[in-house]
Amino acid sequence: MSILVTPQTRLLVQGITGAFGARHAQLSIDYGTQVVAGVTPGKGGQIFEHRGVKVPIFDTVAEAVRETQATASAVFVPPPFAADAILEGVDAQLDLVVAITEGIPVNDMVKVKRAMQGVSTRLIGPNCPGIVTPGEGKDSHGGCRIGIAPGYIHKRGNIGVVSRSGTLTYEAVYQLTSRGVGQSTCVGIGGDPVNGTSHLDVIQLFMADPDTHGIIMIGEIGGSAEEEAAEWIKAHGTKPVAGFIAGATAPPGRRMGHAGAIVSGGKGTAQAKFDAFRAAGIGVAATPSEMADTLLKMM
Amino acid sequence: MNIHEYQAKQLLKQYGVAVPSGEPCKTVAEAKAAAEKLFAAGHTLAVIKSQIHAGGRGKGTFTHGFKGGVKLAKSVDEAVNFAENMLGKTLVTVQTGPEGRVVQTILVAAAEKILKEFYLAVLLDRANSRPLIMASTEGGVDIEEVAAHSPEKIIKEWVDPAVGIQPFQARKIASGLGLKGDAYNGAVKLIMGVYKTWWECDASMVEINPLAVVETPAGKEAIICVDAKIGLDDNALYRHPDIQAMRDLAEESPLEIEASKFALNYIKLDGSIACLVNGAGLAMSTMDIIQHFGGMPANFLDVGGGASKDQVSAAFKIILSDPNVKAIFVNIFGGIMDCNVIATGIVEAVRETGLKLPLVVRLEGNNVAAGKATLAASGLTIISGDTMADAAKKVVASVAA
Repeated sequence: MSILVTPQTRLLVQGITGAFGARHAQLSIDYGTQVVAGVTPGKGGQIFEHRGVKVPIFDTVAEAVRETQATASAVFVPPPFAADAILEGVDAQLDLVVAITEGIPVNDMVKVKRAMQGVSTRLIGPNCPGIVTPGEGKDSHGGCRIGIAPGYIHKRGNIGVVSRSGTLTYEAVYQLTSRGVGQSTCVGIGGDPVNGTSHLDVIQLFMADPDTHGIIMIGEIGGSAEEEAAEWIKAHGTKPVAGFIAGATAPPGRRMGHAGAIVSGGKGTAQAKFDAFRAAGIGVAATPSEMADTLLKMM
Repeated sequence: MNIHEYQAKQLLKQYGVAVPSGEPCKTVAEAKAAAEKLFAAGHTLAVIKSQIHAGGRGKGTFTHGFKGGVKLAKSVDEAVNFAENMLGKTLVTVQTGPEGRVVQTILVAAAEKILKEFYLAVLLDRANSRPLIMASTEGGVDIEEVAAHSPEKIIKEWVDPAVGIQPFQARKIASGLGLKGDAYNGAVKLIMGVYKTWWECDASMVEINPLAVVETPAGKEAIICVDAKIGLDDNALYRHPDIQAMRDLAEESPLEIEASKFALNYIKLDGSIACLVNGAGLAMSTMDIIQHFGGMPANFLDVGGGASKDQVSAAFKIILSDPNVKAIFVNIFGGIMDCNVIATGIVEAVRETGLKLPLVVRLEGNNVAAGKATLAASGLTIISGDTMADAAKKVVASVAA
């Protein structure tokens, strides 16, 4: 098994006719992911075609869900319209909405998060690389790839990866795969200060997943989500966890690329997060080159 | 984005928040006129405040020896003297670094008699994704100190974004601060206005420190924002052209402005090893690994997920304009982006800039074999690193040698 998505998950892409959305819809189709619908308001009735796969485009998510039984969505909609697109997916009662869009105003996400209280839809992101559950084929073909991650670096297996950063996730996955170790699911939760799913949420899913045997948790400066996850792991963790925090050398008060990566008022430092990791028995990688090795030594 | 104190007060005023009367001035003549107006209105004291983004202005020193970036003037002549010593002069504070900042604008405002100081701020509580209003009777001091030593003196009130701030919440805070009568009523209105400013301007933070109960020239009590600081959410600036116009490029590093033209995320640091990386998390960890092996990063630079040849070339030029740079570390994990495109960009940039410094490149990912072949065939001296750690050790060694 895996968490959140399986190779059978039926995916719709919001913003499939934009350059970014189209490119990654194609890559997901190439990976063997079940891309069953696209949504672009005003382009309903058109067809998105790639290598013989014909994906129908709808004006609304509700219609796409009704016609294709899609249960998950990838949001590639530009920032001013992204909050609306996410809530449209929630309204259509999707199981999962993965918001790739970078640059959504924070207050828009504050409202989205409030509106999602008590609903069953899970939001991943925004400003994230998405989710990959690797497949069994060559270069993990046949898996479910939602978002922008490179599918081919993955390998089907039993390690869960959760991270706020895209390329640092790929780095960890690549380290695992090149050591012959596969992944159950890899989740990029995104670099924004307000996101739908936290480190803790994903860690809990991994702990409950019988096919995940160990976890790599990658954090970065800003906020206290890593500390909260570490606290929970300390009390309830049943599987080995190793991790890394990016930004130990970042100057305070500066946003380091990600909107959420900032040390402010002495809070959210890498040191505090590493300390929380150690207190919880989480293996700390001394450098980002040692994320996989640190975990494998614990298993 | 950050804005000046006078701009923050202009925004607050638009939302009905009481601020001292005063005007921003760019010339001594403007300062004189503003001071004359204040004294004519019955004020007995004016405050002349240097407008730079860095804190610690009051205790700062100008490079020509004049002490204090914030001064109290008892007369128009005194105000003029202060204006002459501030405008166009360089102010050094604990936050500016030794190079200081040139004061282009001063704020000339009424300095009313302060009876009691408070602290008020609105920010996002990341733990629950809700707006948080913080207030304290300990005003005019460092709030982080208060939080560390007497957290019970900080009042916290979370706002439900579905309904916005409710008047009872402002009343709770005002009453928690021990305010009565005119000051209490004024505070309720002020707190509502400060919250509205935060929400409607898409601010990341609004901080009023100190918020003060003052005695007006008429002898009545009033509550006003003596100082104000506002940070804005960059992602939301597109819907606030009026606030965008407040951007002061003189307050930003020229290299960072240049980088932003190419959609590069660059932050200058003090070390000697320049980094060029794709992805914010990888860029931060590249800085970390340089330090781990004993070097110091010269910058943070994220070229983004879909970097083009032009961006790589621009990135090289920007990092090379930093005179402290002694070596360059390129760390690319090309998941989707083609490593060969990056390699071609690197080769072109090295030729264009006539690079003489050691260059260590670690390439991994899509089409990496072709990328490495391009680097090898270029005939340039490029040190190749297999892993991040291997490359980091090599670049640190190249600087030490």
